Amino acid sequence: MISVHLIIFLIFGAVCVAGAINLLAQTHPINSALSLVVVMGALAVEYLLLGAEFVAAVQVIVYAGAIMVLFVFVIMLLNAGKEERTKGGSYVAMIVGIPGMLAGSVLVAWVLLTHSGTNSVAAGALPGSPTQLAPLLFHEFLLPFEVTSILVLVAIMGAVVLASHPNADQKKEKA
Amino acid sequence: MVPLSYYLILSGILFACGVTGFLIKRNIITIFMSIELMLNGVNLSFVAFAAQWHALSGQVFVFFVMVVAAAEAAVGLAIIIAVYRTRETLNVDQVNLLKL
Amino acid sequence: MNIVPFIIFAVIKIALALFVLLTAVAYTVWLERKVVGRIQNRWGPTRVGPFGLLQPAADGVKFIFKEDLTPPHVYKPLYIAAPIIAVVFALTSIALIPVGNDVTVLGYTIPLQIADVNIGLLIVLGITSLGVYGIALSGWSSNSKYSLLGGLRASAQMISYEIALGLSLVGVLILAGSLSLREIVEAQSGHFFGFIPNWNIFHGLQIVGFFVYIMAAYAETNRIPFDLPEAETELVAGYHTEYSAMKFAMFFMAEYANMITVACLASLLFLGGWSGPVVGPPIVRALLPVLWFSLRIFIFLFIYIWVRGTLPRFRYDQLMSFGWKFLLPLAIANLVITALVVVLVN
Repeated sequence: MISVHLIIFLIFGAVCVAGAINLLAQTHPINSALSLVVVMGALAVEYLLLGAEFVAAVQVIVYAGAIMVLFVFVIMLLNAGKEERTKGGSYVAMIVGIPGMLAGSVLVAWVLLTHSGTNSVAAGALPGSPTQLAPLLFHEFLLPFEVTSILVLVAIMGAVVLASHPNADQKKEKA
Repeated sequence: MVPLSYYLILSGILFACGVTGFLIKRNIITIFMSIELMLNGVNLSFVAFAAQWHALSGQVFVFFVMVVAAAEAAVGLAIIIAVYRTRETLNVDQVNLLKL
Repeated sequence: MNIVPFIIFAVIKIALALFVLLTAVAYTVWLERKVVGRIQNRWGPTRVGPFGLLQPAADGVKFIFKEDLTPPHVYKPLYIAAPIIAVVFALTSIALIPVGNDVTVLGYTIPLQIADVNIGLLIVLGITSLGVYGIALSGWSSNSKYSLLGGLRASAQMISYEIALGLSLVGVLILAGSLSLREIVEAQSGHFFGFIPNWNIFHGLQIVGFFVYIMAAYAETNRIPFDLPEAETELVAGYHTEYSAMKFAMFFMAEYANMITVACLASLLFLGGWSGPVVGPPIVRALLPVLWFSLRIFIFLFIYIWVRGTLPRFRYDQLMSFGWKFLLPLAIANLVITALVVVLVN
């Protein structure tokens, strides 16, 4: 049954897959980073189709708007150029790998479609508004929430220490 | 009405592309981006199952996966910058000796 | 409402909003040149039309006729895409801004907003986050040291101040209980003590939140005192050094459209939106809230321009430490105190 829900799912699903394949096909990391941003944007639309509005907004704000900006930053900072291919293996990969991956995914898709095709998910099936997610986040999942905040603190400290310039006495020790 | 398996197939395709990118790419930053792609595929699976079983904890877990992905990206990129400073290259095939 | 009238009204609203926004951007440039000129004891544009009012039209014509050259050393796809990204995200957030109450035309009740989404505020924040890409990519693709430094500095500044921006808004959200912009404004209706309006800055005691929001917004839109990334004396022109004619005009438009969006959000979230005395026949009743809203936006833009003419700019390390070490703790403290007061009062 062709509904608007299915059409929108297929369009943005195609955008996701095209972005993912473009990430693999591009040689310059900046192009891969931008196609990953496109994938994340299309995934945010898929989350909206499933009714998860808060998750979609957080996906755009955090994932596409902060984490990928960090990736783009590092690519700009390190002046990453086009990637050099190492010798050997690429012909084998293309002859065996790509048809193998296609065959594998067709097999998985066939298995999934024949065995679970009756469960349908309606558009906006589970409305995930912030007021409904908040009690879960702050009551049942309070321990993971606090642990992830400590994790983020440790990650900030680690990133600052690792990426900072080695200071003068370390340089003198090396010399 | 979209069958649940369509969402799972899309999630599986994204995950498979992430694994493929992790294995065939030589630039360390692109390998990192393939990891993020895998995490995104898994997030889609979580949200799809949350919608099917009407359990909001699936969406809460996506929130945690995103936070962990952010922390991992920050520390991983800092490590990449530190490695680049000493080895002067971003190609993983050339970072294969413990001695510089 | 049926689908066909909905689409017709949506198209009319989009066309009207874009026309009004682009005209507002052009005349904000005029206002800035006049006000900064007066602050600096000179006239500003006076020759083109009365009071220089046709100056934006002359500027538009100039930009269209200028030679749009692409330097040979740039990375072409991103060089062309970056101003497009900047302008698209700057103009998109107007879709979520409500400007007045519902009006009734020909028997249909139309909300004065293109998209009334129940997570409207988060979407505006998301669009602001995505606008960083225009600047980062323009800095990198221009393949020149000034552009790269300007792009890096601008993006680092923008993502640092996004956090303080978002946190300063959470106090407003606690008071309103909803992320929809229309409901936040409606929660600020009424008066207390008889004549003081119920705005979030007075009744909601969000004066600290307002201050943090204004500082973070100045940094987000790269305006003085935070405009180091595009200062002429520092980095030639920062991330838009290598751009000419229409592409430069697009960056310019994006910056002023961001200013207008920030002014709209501040008046919706802190200053009561479109509340004000409403009198007269129904047609005037429908348009008077829009007038009050525009008045607030005008006051904001005037303060923006006034600060630009008055203050010197921050050095980059001062800028970053201000954002991380002062504004962020202040925003968190505002959030904690607001939450405590709300819990204690209820």
